Amino acid sequence: MESNESLPTLETAKKLGLLPEEYDRIQEILGRKPNFTELSIFSVMWSEHCSYKNSIVWLKTLPKDSPRMLAKAGEENAGLVDLGDGLGCAFKIESHNHPSALEPYQGAATGVGGINRDIFTMGARPIAQLNSLRFGNIELAKTKWLVKGVVKGIGDYGNAFGIPTVGGEVFFDDCYSTNPLVNAFSAGILKVGKQASAISYGVGNPVFIVGSATGKDGIGGASFASEDITAKSSEKLPAVQVGDPFQEKLLLEASLEIIEAGCVIGIQDMGAAGIICSTSEMSAKGEHGMIIDLSKVPTRQPNMKPFEILLSESQERMLIVVEKGREHEAKKIFEKWDLNCEQIGEVTDTKRLQFFQDGQLVADVPADDLVLGGGAPIYHREYREPAYYQEFKKFKIDSVQDLEAGEISKAFDFLMNHPNIASKKWVAEQYDSSIGRANRNTNAPSDAAVVKVHGSKKSIVITVDCNSRYVNADPEEGCAIAVAEAARNIVCSGGVPVAITNCLNFGNPYVPEVYWQFVGAIKGMRKACLAFETPVTGGNVSFYNQSSDEGPVFPTPTIGMLGILEEASQKMTLDFKEEGDLIYLVGESVNDIASSEYLYSYKGVKASPSPHFVLETEQKIQGGVASLIQQSLIQSAHDLSDGGLLVALAESSFPRQKGFAINSDQNIRQDAFLFGEAQSRVLVSVAPEKQVAFEAQLKSQTIPFNALGVVTGHDFIVDGQIVSSQASASASFHTALEKALN
Amino acid sequence: MKFGVVVFPGSNCDDDTVGVIESLGHQAVKLWHKETSLQNCDFIILPGGFSYGDYLRSGAIARFSPIMDNVIKHANDGGYLMGICNGFQVLVEAHLLPGVLLRNNSQKFISKNIYLKAATNQSLITQSLDLNNAYKIPIAHAEGRYFADEKTLEDLKANDQILFYYCDENGQVNDAANPNGSLFNIAGICNAGRNVIGMMPHPERAADPDLANIDGLEILKQLVL
Repeated sequence: MESNESLPTLETAKKLGLLPEEYDRIQEILGRKPNFTELSIFSVMWSEHCSYKNSIVWLKTLPKDSPRMLAKAGEENAGLVDLGDGLGCAFKIESHNHPSALEPYQGAATGVGGINRDIFTMGARPIAQLNSLRFGNIELAKTKWLVKGVVKGIGDYGNAFGIPTVGGEVFFDDCYSTNPLVNAFSAGILKVGKQASAISYGVGNPVFIVGSATGKDGIGGASFASEDITAKSSEKLPAVQVGDPFQEKLLLEASLEIIEAGCVIGIQDMGAAGIICSTSEMSAKGEHGMIIDLSKVPTRQPNMKPFEILLSESQERMLIVVEKGREHEAKKIFEKWDLNCEQIGEVTDTKRLQFFQDGQLVADVPADDLVLGGGAPIYHREYREPAYYQEFKKFKIDSVQDLEAGEISKAFDFLMNHPNIASKKWVAEQYDSSIGRANRNTNAPSDAAVVKVHGSKKSIVITVDCNSRYVNADPEEGCAIAVAEAARNIVCSGGVPVAITNCLNFGNPYVPEVYWQFVGAIKGMRKACLAFETPVTGGNVSFYNQSSDEGPVFPTPTIGMLGILEEASQKMTLDFKEEGDLIYLVGESVNDIASSEYLYSYKGVKASPSPHFVLETEQKIQGGVASLIQQSLIQSAHDLSDGGLLVALAESSFPRQKGFAINSDQNIRQDAFLFGEAQSRVLVSVAPEKQVAFEAQLKSQTIPFNALGVVTGHDFIVDGQIVSSQASASASFHTALEKALN
Repeated sequence: MKFGVVVFPGSNCDDDTVGVIESLGHQAVKLWHKETSLQNCDFIILPGGFSYGDYLRSGAIARFSPIMDNVIKHANDGGYLMGICNGFQVLVEAHLLPGVLLRNNSQKFISKNIYLKAATNQSLITQSLDLNNAYKIPIAHAEGRYFADEKTLEDLKANDQILFYYCDENGQVNDAANPNGSLFNIAGICNAGRNVIGMMPHPERAADPDLANIDGLEILKQLVL
């Protein structure tokens, strides 16, 4: 170890992103001044990305229990849910926002790689992916560049890796112009009892690093993700990692093979903060220590310094603790797949991590003090209600003029062409969605993705949802709506919601008004997750999504929800089936246009509260839709969301080139009826012979409903007037995004 | 019939292919690329994927895998050999099939259901397909634009080696129904000996009633009639 004079000072600690009190605490823990390597270790491990230091107090208030939970939040790399029949589903969502802002292709690609490693490190084979993307003003050349880069990055990585991308969301708003959001979700299946754990124990057990060699890419990525984006951020380009889906595919197969072989004590992927994160988290969990020789780590370039090897976020690597005496089995498997497999150390009983290079001890730190739940700092941040919140609440619907006679067509056409409403086909067709023989939506579209679980009758039903405009208007209500919408999508597909994962994208937590948004969102998520009995299984927190010029992004707590569909025959689709089927709205029309795309974009009114939402009503409506599906009383179900009723009607009409004729409600403003985004409403179609049974079923549950009209051959008709032909609306809807990006 | 599905590093449709063959009631084994034995298989399939990452040209490296010597010998001896998607790319790189597969004219990866029409009944895989029917099955590739020089094309036509065309849902072969810019909408071909088959679309992905996508089953059933 170095002499005292050469040791770094508080100034260096601050440059690494540590606070003065954190520097003091490190000295207390070590009983001496840290050297540069040790200081670097603490700076990444105590960054928000790894330690959740600014969020954990509130995250702990979220519900995490249910009889189905095999691995709860914080226990493993991803949540693990019991599907029944001896099968488990590991699923998680994670952000890769900061890297994607600078280098959209690699940033997004490595986001996909990272989330999949979280799944297969548990011994689960990924079977489906989703993603949730948010970009700035689509008119800007920079936005177009970001969209194309991110979509190509996700496609190239996921397609080669060989797991289908079965759904997702894309949203545009000016607030994301500097900070796009890239959230990637993956779900995998394992046999219960065969799951691997991210743990290390057993003195003398060998520690292996496997997969790609370690390079200088991504050094300090976790710290980088824990600060604001500035004009100087592009100087941090080395903090962006480079992905290799071919290596990931080999690593997947080799990892599942070695887990199956049964010689693995513990395994963890190397994501944020690389080797130091895996060694410390696995050791802390197993209450053991490790001696690691950094000279043995395969590197891409010579003369890498200890902190570079420890912090490198080179992709496609894993740390594996193997049962002593079975080293040859591990080596044989990785040799088969032509991957590195080097023993770099062994497990000790010291509970300390001791790193050597060329025979010299270069760092000596207690594992537990580095990690969440151990010695990592926990902060209660100050929060304050921002002024805009009350301003937005003052919005009165009467201040906006209702649609004039004949204006429906114009507003409808505007929305069909709006990038937030228009089909995301241009994006989806760049992702392989049919590999794996599991996507049940290809010819039978549903609100949520329905993915067959091979070797069982079951399907998983998955969706990602968040309308961040609602969350901005009212964090608590908006986040509860995000959970409710996710559940509604799953219910409308025939599934039963069982658990969520979250990706919490916010601005700088040291800004009290931003932290207020975070606290509100957590409260809303808690409330809704308790109501739907969908515990939170984990996810990630991404703060600092803001720039010096444009302020924070909309608070965006993306909800990734998992549901189960027990029988294929219970799958519900969203498309109108036959001319003459009756169209109903389950739920009530409300005189509300707050935070709708219509109000925000067509009318240009930015300040309004979140849309009408009552949690109890939502639960009741979802229960009603579930019973209609169970009793085979409906032909289609589609939830009303962005764009409101008329957009939902159009979306149900497109797949089979149908039309509709409906009547509006004279008691409700026309714009609210057609374009309002009040929650808890589902559009269904009913075969005429089922009409009586359908109505009786809803009446027996005292669920409100309205007969809207009938499915027709081609035109979209409201109150006897043609709003659009199916063909012209379809042309707009399916090509608008592509046109806007060119 | 015993099928062998070759697994190159980066192959990712091997499980799908094995699964579908087994669902047809036939045996399918995986053949690891580092091995040399074909395990007495009657029919060899090179599956889809990104062999060796496809960082050079798709399929360019896989043809040098150890197992390929015996795969080529099997084909030269008249044994059945079929390449799907990346497998088709490997077969043209290995000169077992004529022509090349270029980057799609959109320059993008394309994943969607397309319609396919059999061009002839004079091959194993099209032997009893309805020549007037449009079969709906998925494509998923970035390099699927079939191209060949005029002489090769003349030979293909003269010998009836074109097996599949991209068409619209009414079976019309036209530019609008061509997803990737392939010459004459060519989606699949065979060699002059008719025992080596290549196609870009994925019949194995449309062979399960659970997926409401089943037209690929009709095509694959031809192999085991």
